[in-house]
Order: sequence, then structure tokens, then C-alpha cells
Amino acid sequence: MSDLVDDKLRNYRTAPFDARFPNTNQTRNCFQNYLDFHRCNKALSAKDQDTAPCQWFQKVYKSLCPVTWVEKWDEQVEAGNFPGKL
Amino acid sequence: MAYPSMLGFQDATSPIMEELLHFHDHAMIIVTLISSFVFYTITMMVITKLTYKSMLDSQEMEMVWTALPALILTMVALPSLRILYLMDELNFPNLTVKAVGHQWYWSYEYTDFEQLNFDSYMIPTQDLTPGQFRLLDTDNRMVVPVNSPIRVMVTADDVLHSWATPSLGIKLDAVPGRLNQTALMTSRPGVFYGQCSEICGANHSFMPIVVESIPLDHFEYWTHSMLNNA
Repeated sequence: MSDLVDDKLRNYRTAPFDARFPNTNQTRNCFQNYLDFHRCNKALSAKDQDTAPCQWFQKVYKSLCPVTWVEKWDEQVEAGNFPGKL
Repeated sequence: MAYPSMLGFQDATSPIMEELLHFHDHAMIIVTLISSFVFYTITMMVITKLTYKSMLDSQEMEMVWTALPALILTMVALPSLRILYLMDELNFPNLTVKAVGHQWYWSYEYTDFEQLNFDSYMIPTQDLTPGQFRLLDTDNRMVVPVNSPIRVMVTADDVLHSWATPSLGIKLDAVPGRLNQTALMTSRPGVFYGQCSEICGANHSFMPIVVESIPLDHFEYWTHSMLNNA
């Protein structure tokens, strides 16, 4: 299972097509992957498991989201006032 | 690229733009035929000396001038819809580039692997070197590998802008807080110019877009050199 995850991470080129977001507006795609990364980290660390699979979400949001958005959200997460549910 | 007294489109660089060009030719022929026919008919009706005073109706004529336009419209609509759906095909990109509009320059981000981002300002007219194009050339170009499907994400940092490159058949609004996606595929290497297409303040006309399409190994060399020089 972790081999599959490692393979996917190693062969990563760019964010693949996500059928949940088929249209031109990809704002939610970027935001959802950011949320999923943080939620995945939180869930797996709570169970004391390896958080390597969460890197997929990080790769995708880093590909899709503008740098300024990510920096702003990171600051908000750190300050504890991030508007999304993590 | 554009040149003075230009009448038609720029040469197509992407498959979609080629389709659009051919569709435009097709629609233009139909429009020209209809216009010439109408102009001829009106002219003949105006200059004729013949009269027919017992005109009442003509069911056959009504049938013809209803069915024929419907057929002509179908002949325009079907190729048009075909291109519309072609534009929506999945293109399975190899690379994602983000174009962010600012007042008054574009910045490009290549963040699939390393964090490469840079600004692209128009070269002021007084700083142009021989061979460069006034109001079109920029200090840094958006470089992409040729013949490769690419995802372009367009957004803005402050006000509305629009990322347009006519040769690639792309125009996509840059809206603050929104991420618009389009597919890009350059069929040949070269340099392709465009301009900001949404009014955004004093220097709206002075924030052009330059896309440079090069072979993949040269692209990898370019990304390395940009990362090292940053």
C-alpha cells in the first residue's frame, strides 16, 4: 500500500484531472487540496501513523494554488485564524 | 504576430486556434454569400421597371425562405458546437503554470517541483534594443515546452485583468480570488505575444504577455538557469 503511494509520489508530474472539479473555475480544487493536506496530517498524527500519504495533497495544492494564497493561508493556520475547518 | 494593416487572424499555434481559423473561414463564406444575395435582390427590386399588381401570397416561397435559412444555420451551428466541445476535452497536462495579473505586470509561477516564480514587466520604449517590439516585449517570458499539454491557471492579485494570446486562441479573465484554468498546447516552437485584455488602470495597455515555446531539454535548462539566477 505504501509502495503504491510512494510510486504515485515519485511519478508525480502535475496535478491530475479531478472529476470533482471539471470546469474552468479551479478555486475550490486548490482550496480543497489545501484543506485535505492539513486534515490528513491531523488525522494520521492523531493515530500515530506515518503522514507520508498526505504529501500527495501537498504536491497538488502547491501545483495549483498561487504562492501568495498559500503563504497567506499558512500564516492564518499558524495564527489560528484560518477560515476553513481543519 | 500582429503586423500593420493586418486583416485576418495571426497564424495559429495551437490545434484549437487552427480549428477556430477554419471555422471563421467557413462562417465568413456563408455570411458573404448571404450578404451578396440580399444586396443583389434589393438592388434588382429597386431598379426594376416591372410591376405586378395582383401579388397575394406564395406558400412555396414561404417554405423556401424558412427551410433554407434553417439549413444554413445548422451548417454554421454544427461545426461551432464541435469546436466548443473540443475545447472542453481533457488534456492530461504535464505541467502547470500560473499567470497572476498585477497592476501592471504579469507574474508566472512554476511550482510543480521547485518554487520558480518571476515577474514579467514590459520593456519601456526608451530601453528597447534593436529587433525588440514596442509595447509587446517583456524582460522575462513565460517559457513552455513545445508540443506538450500544459495547464495554465490565471488569477489576479488586485483588480480584473485578462490573459490573452491570440496566436494560441486563448483569452482568460484574471479575477482576484478565483483561479481560472485553460489548456495550452503549442504545436511549434516560437515566441507568441498577447496583451492584457481587461481594463485595469493607467498602464493597462503596457502589461503584455509573451509565451516562448522551446524543446523540452532546452526548457529543463531554462528552469535550472532561472532557479539559479533567482
